[in-house]
Amino acid sequence: MTGNYRSRRRVERLMFAATGAATGVTLGVLLLLLGYVAYQGVGALSWHFFTRLPAPVGEAGGGMANAIVGSGKLLLTAAVVGIPVGFLGGVYLVEYGRGTLAFAIRYAADVLNGVPSIVIGIVAYALLVRPLGHFSTLAGGVALGLMMIPVALRATEEFLRLVPDTLREAALALGAPRWITIVRVVIPAAMRGIITGLLLSLARVAGETAPLLFTALNNRFWSPGWSEPTASLPVMIFTYAIAPYEDWHRQAWAAGLVLLALVLGANVLARIVMRSGSMRMA
Amino acid sequence: MRAGRFWLWGLLAASVVAGGAEAAILINGAGATFPYPLYSKWFDEFHKRNGEVQINYQSIGSGGGIRQVLDGTVDFGATDGPMTDEQLKSAPVPILHLPTALGAVVPAFNVAGVQSLHFTPEVLAGIFLGRITRWDDAALARENPQVKLPDAAIVPVHRADGSGTTYVFTDYLAKVSPEWERSVGRGTSVNWPVGLGGKGNEGVAGLVKQTPNTIGYVELIYATQNKLPFGDVRNRSGRFVQASLASVTAAAAAAAEKMPEDFRVSITDAAGAEAYPISSFTWLLVPARLRDAQKGAALKRFLEWMLSEGQQLAPPLDYAPLPPAVVTLERQALAKIQVGGA
Amino acid sequence: MSATVGHPTVATPAAGARWHRRRLGDIAFRSASLGFALSVLAITALIAVVLFVASGPARSAFGWRFLWTSTWDPVALHFGALPFIYGTIASTAIALALAVPFGLGAAICLAELLPARVADPLAFLIELLVAVPSVVYGLVGVFVLVPALRSVEVVIQRFLGFVPIFGGPAYGVGLLTAGVLLAVMVVPFIIAMSREVLLAVPQPQRDAALALGATRWEAVRHIILPYARSGILGSVFLALARALGETMAVTMVIGNRPEISASLFAPAYTMAAVLANEFTEATGDVYLAALVEIGLVLFAITMIINAAARLMIARVNMPSPGRA
Repeated sequence: MTGNYRSRRRVERLMFAATGAATGVTLGVLLLLLGYVAYQGVGALSWHFFTRLPAPVGEAGGGMANAIVGSGKLLLTAAVVGIPVGFLGGVYLVEYGRGTLAFAIRYAADVLNGVPSIVIGIVAYALLVRPLGHFSTLAGGVALGLMMIPVALRATEEFLRLVPDTLREAALALGAPRWITIVRVVIPAAMRGIITGLLLSLARVAGETAPLLFTALNNRFWSPGWSEPTASLPVMIFTYAIAPYEDWHRQAWAAGLVLLALVLGANVLARIVMRSGSMRMA
Repeated sequence: MRAGRFWLWGLLAASVVAGGAEAAILINGAGATFPYPLYSKWFDEFHKRNGEVQINYQSIGSGGGIRQVLDGTVDFGATDGPMTDEQLKSAPVPILHLPTALGAVVPAFNVAGVQSLHFTPEVLAGIFLGRITRWDDAALARENPQVKLPDAAIVPVHRADGSGTTYVFTDYLAKVSPEWERSVGRGTSVNWPVGLGGKGNEGVAGLVKQTPNTIGYVELIYATQNKLPFGDVRNRSGRFVQASLASVTAAAAAAAEKMPEDFRVSITDAAGAEAYPISSFTWLLVPARLRDAQKGAALKRFLEWMLSEGQQLAPPLDYAPLPPAVVTLERQALAKIQVGGA
Repeated sequence: MSATVGHPTVATPAAGARWHRRRLGDIAFRSASLGFALSVLAITALIAVVLFVASGPARSAFGWRFLWTSTWDPVALHFGALPFIYGTIASTAIALALAVPFGLGAAICLAELLPARVADPLAFLIELLVAVPSVVYGLVGVFVLVPALRSVEVVIQRFLGFVPIFGGPAYGVGLLTAGVLLAVMVVPFIIAMSREVLLAVPQPQRDAALALGATRWEAVRHIILPYARSGILGSVFLALARALGETMAVTMVIGNRPEISASLFAPAYTMAAVLANEFTEATGDVYLAALVEIGLVLFAITMIINAAARLMIARVNMPSPGRA
């Protein structure tokens, strides 16, 4: 760090300008992206979009009502599969976990997180579609749930760790059994953060397309129950985007906007939940 | 938390309501993108007439249709490339090929200022083999003296997914070009020497529409829907024929007389002065034994309807209806489908 | 009275019964959470097993040659994964080459330069980008990025067309487009994580550097960045893992051509994309198994990347505020 002070300051100004430019470019791209989707999608949003079923090829006026409901059902199934495993697994790792087993579980969760969504779709096809003989909402939901597990686990782990030991010790000192301590004291203390994490994991899988192609396929009609193929927003976006029909393109943008709004809404909600009533730890 | 719980129950209730439709008969099918516009119209019209029957058809490609029918994950499949003998042998139940309509595969292109082109079989094979690489190549210019062809590289576009349209196109190329037959062959998925891959007829049409100097093969309706210019092709009699209902029907005329019992026949490079050389039947793949009595009966009803009223819906969508001789033969085949039972 | 669980002082028979009930509760809860935790292990192992078993026919037909053969011929049944491995690695490399400088630069700016009042909302905005579904990126890629890059490629070719990496026709779709799109998808991830890591560097480190006469940039470059190096590298690795597995957006803009070419403008094909396109239609044992084997290769690569990332991040093990 020797040398003329002026030239060092010049270097500093240069580098900081560069980082500022990087920030500007990144933000510019983001705003461009969001703005473009909003601009294209808003035009196609209409009452029809939310209430009608898709129209046959070439006919205008269809909607994506079944895709919206389908995505909802898929996420519900995913939550039922992913949240218990991730949440309780995280509880185990923090409260009881020790040594190689905990390390192995953490590594497995990391690997699961890194598995490409398409591979999860293939495995779900091999285990839940082919043997059962049909595409189904259940298979799609399970595939998405598997993808939620690592995020839910990591979030639970992080926030449970943040709870000070003093809380645990106090509860135990008062005679509470271990499990009551965890369930009634530790978890509620970390609840806000955990809910944030779970919301984020849900938001992450809401936009996944690849696993659904092999499990839930798609559906022109309403999909009753859980054992029929179902339409979903991401798959509809993909199908419509590569098609050559203008009307379908517009609907794809609208669906993209709806999906984006849902996911961003979940993120904003997560943040509000986190900020309100921040943990007041002694 | 309370609000969250409310929405959760609300969603659950909504899904139950949406789910508990009147004992609807749900039939799932998947396969070719080639006839997708026609099938989506058919299934829609049939649903209007038979409200309780919902036939959900997804166009995942002919290869997909064959695979899913073999895997038993769909109630029926659809393909424009007939199943091979090995595939039929590996099927858990015998699969019937039922022709539904005739279609044409056209060479659509995107060249500035050019609305129509004449293609010879040699030129088409040359382009997709990578031998003819520029639009102003002598072979193209020779057949198109009036057209101002640019000095630009040709960008061939093919199907990235398994496709009956690919099967029809490669079947044609294999018949007219010994080099193609030797080095590439025919199939729903082949090892393309050159070109970009698009997903589905939709994807190829999209790529051609958006990228300059491209040429791709798509089903006729995709070219017309998209206002993509497409060329005419020289047939075996030496005439340049453009794909149309008449020319496709002409191509099927000879085949109708000699239809094999399982309906698997290729009509590419057909004889006949008016015949369009890249035509094809398209088939539904239906298991010969349909275990679910309700679904089976509904499917049979659809097939009967398809052979009578459905055929009239084909021409407005640029699909040629089946020759009457084929319809008669097919009605007899329908009777052989067993419904219900073990 | 020492009241650690397991050794309570039992004063009365009733208290004894209560103790047994608590013991049961403890065992039940611990077993349940252990069970779920183990299921994570089981699921990951199951995925590996399914991939390994289902790729059997291809592994026995091709052996290790699969990894360096270039043909992909479903008619002749010759399969080789090399073009896909190339496409995956090349597109990811381009993505990182673009995303890391921009991401790190923006993270530095947000963590060190801008006041929290400005930086916090901006960081929030950028983190929202992380949540954008990949299919929306694909949409923007197809309609905005592809035509834009086509024009750019044409211009570049006019001046530098003789250079091999700029050679070949400019389609718009291709390796470069996929790389740029992946970079856009991955950069918010790098910014978000790197910013957290930079913020976690203890203030005394900064103060010490400034007190010794360093300019703020020198403090960043020589003190803060090295301190945060492991965390930043970890974030890069995780971004890398996401880029490797990205499917839908990539297949819409990469051209889907299994070929290795010197040019950045040429179309390519990634492992994830070929799985998406061909899996549902592959008939025949070997074809299907070859595709599953590609999935296996992808799985193996992500396993290795994750191990490396874990090691990197573990090296910067920050003590959490709760545990004093």
